[in-house]
Amino acid sequence: MSVFIIRRLMQSLVVVFVMSLLVFFGVNVVGDPVDMLINPEMSQADIEATIRALGLDRPVHEQYWHFLTNALAGDLGKSFIFGEPALKLILQRMPATLELAFVSLLMSVVIGLPLGVYAGLNPESRVSRTIMAGSILGFSLPTFWVGLMLIMIFAVVLGWLPSTGRGDTVQVLGVSVSFLTFNGLSHLLLPAFNLALTNISLVIRLSRAGTREVVHQDYVKFARAKGLSSNRIVFVHVMKNIMIPVVTVLGLEFGGLIAFSVVTETIFAWPGMGKLLIDSVQNLDRPVIVAYLLIIVLFFIVINLVVDLLYSLLDPRVRLQDVKA
Amino acid sequence: MLIRRFAAGALLAAATLAFSAAAGAKELTVGLASEPTSIDPHYHNLTPNNSLARHIFNPLIRMDANQGLVPGLATSWTAVDDLTWEFKLREGVTWHDGSPFTADDVVFTFERAPNVPNSPSSFGIYIKGKTVEKIDDHTVHIKTEAPTPLMPNDVSTFSIVSKKHGEGASTEDYNAGAAAIGTGAYRFVEWVPGDRVVLERNEDFWGDQPEWSRITIKPIQSDPARLAALLAGDVDFIEGVPTTDIATLERNEDITLSQGISNRVIYLHLDHFRDDSPFVTANGGGDIVNPLRDVRVRQAISKAINRDAIVERVMEGVAIPAGQLLPEGFFGVSPNLEPMAYDPEGAKTLLAEAGVPDGFELTIHGPNDRYINDAQIAEAIAQMLTRVGIKTTVETMPRSVYFRRASRGGPDGSPEFSFILVGWGAGTGEASSPLKSLIHTYDADRGYGASNRGRYSNPEADALIEEALATIDDAKRQDLLAEATEVAINDGAIIPLHYQVNTWAGREGIAYNARTDEYTLFTEVYSVE
Repeated sequence: MSVFIIRRLMQSLVVVFVMSLLVFFGVNVVGDPVDMLINPEMSQADIEATIRALGLDRPVHEQYWHFLTNALAGDLGKSFIFGEPALKLILQRMPATLELAFVSLLMSVVIGLPLGVYAGLNPESRVSRTIMAGSILGFSLPTFWVGLMLIMIFAVVLGWLPSTGRGDTVQVLGVSVSFLTFNGLSHLLLPAFNLALTNISLVIRLSRAGTREVVHQDYVKFARAKGLSSNRIVFVHVMKNIMIPVVTVLGLEFGGLIAFSVVTETIFAWPGMGKLLIDSVQNLDRPVIVAYLLIIVLFFIVINLVVDLLYSLLDPRVRLQDVKA
Repeated sequence: MLIRRFAAGALLAAATLAFSAAAGAKELTVGLASEPTSIDPHYHNLTPNNSLARHIFNPLIRMDANQGLVPGLATSWTAVDDLTWEFKLREGVTWHDGSPFTADDVVFTFERAPNVPNSPSSFGIYIKGKTVEKIDDHTVHIKTEAPTPLMPNDVSTFSIVSKKHGEGASTEDYNAGAAAIGTGAYRFVEWVPGDRVVLERNEDFWGDQPEWSRITIKPIQSDPARLAALLAGDVDFIEGVPTTDIATLERNEDITLSQGISNRVIYLHLDHFRDDSPFVTANGGGDIVNPLRDVRVRQAISKAINRDAIVERVMEGVAIPAGQLLPEGFFGVSPNLEPMAYDPEGAKTLLAEAGVPDGFELTIHGPNDRYINDAQIAEAIAQMLTRVGIKTTVETMPRSVYFRRASRGGPDGSPEFSFILVGWGAGTGEASSPLKSLIHTYDADRGYGASNRGRYSNPEADALIEEALATIDDAKRQDLLAEATEVAINDGAIIPLHYQVNTWAGREGIAYNARTDEYTLFTEVYSVE
């Protein structure tokens, strides 16, 4: 097992290095950040000076070498726009995004699982058909449109929930969180639901399919024959067995929730990392884009490793070994 | 309700009345389209930053809603001789911490502003060539190497910071608030990047007290989301109302719209310098000697454009047809220039006279995320030109790609395109700004024509512009600038389309004294009960 982990970490280093090459050269092909930064009234000499100050007059491979040596020392560069370290900007916004991602993950399970199991147990009922039709809508409607509709209905027409921003936060262990205040929670609800919608649908479909498969298994029949209450059968025997695919998929989706909640964060003006990314892309703030994508790569590597390790713990049949040729 | 302010002064009286009635605790929450990148007033010369800095700090000279110059921290300014200006500083002004404002702070600001580390665009362009000298605590002399008639405009662009707090302070110190001690109408409370900036009224402010005691600024970049936040009552006031929603909002009883013309002209620049222009071809795609170099063709293009239709249809009525570089009322505009009348037959005649009776093929390039409805304007122009025989195709792109290619995407850093849609806002609020950058011959060594993306060159216009920039006498300079504008426009140096009109919206009864420089200043947001 430890050999497995070491080997995986070595592979990860290669992945990070290749990714840094791709991202760095990728963002350097597009446009020119200088034109995003200068004031139009600047003279040619001033513009030249800005280009030199940002190091953009150097050839790309030289810029990359400069970046790489600094990155190894833990410095991912300074934002062109904010003049602050890119890493600091990203970490500053990370709690807001993590909070949004966790709450939406929670929503996916709390809403999706019961609906899916119900639909699996009563496949022919009218309610189940409605749930399944709804889950198709949840899959296929574009997030930005749903977000705007949620704002229109719950904020503008009904006036129940605020339409924008993060609301009051409190400090917990040095991290600002908003779900502990009523005001913060009300701000969190709409964006988290918007972000969760696709995953709710996913969980509904997975748990319905799982339930339909499991209820015909011998051990469920045996449990019935034994005279166990149907509550116990559903909540213990069925639930346990349909959770494995649900947990696997949600674990993978979680990375996506953190990294690419761009649309939801933009619509709801949520001060998270996704909004930082899209702003940086629009303004060609190259150091932030590169740093962001590298951090996300690290995130995915860690999540995948954790998922693999958890697997071996949860399911005794899975052994983590090197596949020998 | 709709409040329009296209001409100077119309609503100023009402606004001033509203200011004097200010008092008590009234909070204002606003949604802005873009967030400042720093609290440091000298870090980045960028509209959202400058706009925020105007609340916490003051410049020596302030610009009113029409970019006219009014006293700020200086009460008077005079040119002692061609190379020396004397500024009398306001007495009795204190910084937010209670320490007095003196000439030392001005001297310090002139040292700090051009030298902020990592600044992507500094205020050095307005300070270059000026040395400031303290005469006494409330008098400074600014000496220049050459006559600088734009001295008052230049010093109106940047904020004066406190020497006591600014010495050794980095941009991070300003962002954190420790150094963000100004003389302005509002004190800085906090900045949570991406979420909010909070300001609190400075009860010891030297000028008129503003109406709002506390202001929360929320950056909401997405247009529909910002509008929804206003409709839902989460914010009281927003900037950058999309033109498509204006008609609906005008009918909404709960919303007050405030509109004002801006200093930004949207115009077309044409290739004046290449005989073989990359995006101009003969009909069918063959080679052609660049017809855009013929003034008759340039005039034909101008006549072929129906500016009224663009304003009515594309801009939903929210723009003003343009005939020169700045709207009337600004310093240095010509009284003799009108928007070119729509005349497709005249355009065809001119094309025939120029030897291209059947027209030619052309590509118009433009940004699609920079100016109000920019891509649609380019499409409308392409259709209008095609109708008189100039078969025009449209290519638009994000501004991050567009401006580099338009400025220096060609061989040896020359402009890449042949025919482009651009805008220009005159930061100094007078005509020398566009004349110097867009019309004057491109001259990197002397800093002229930096945005002359058509490489227009006319010795007559150059001479007039240079003379104006060395003339201290206001009346004489005004005439020179107007004359230079006439020479350039009549020669088709650029083709002006329209002046942008900006729209702000407030909840019922909250209006704005709209500004030509596109800043959103909460000292000029008032209730109209």
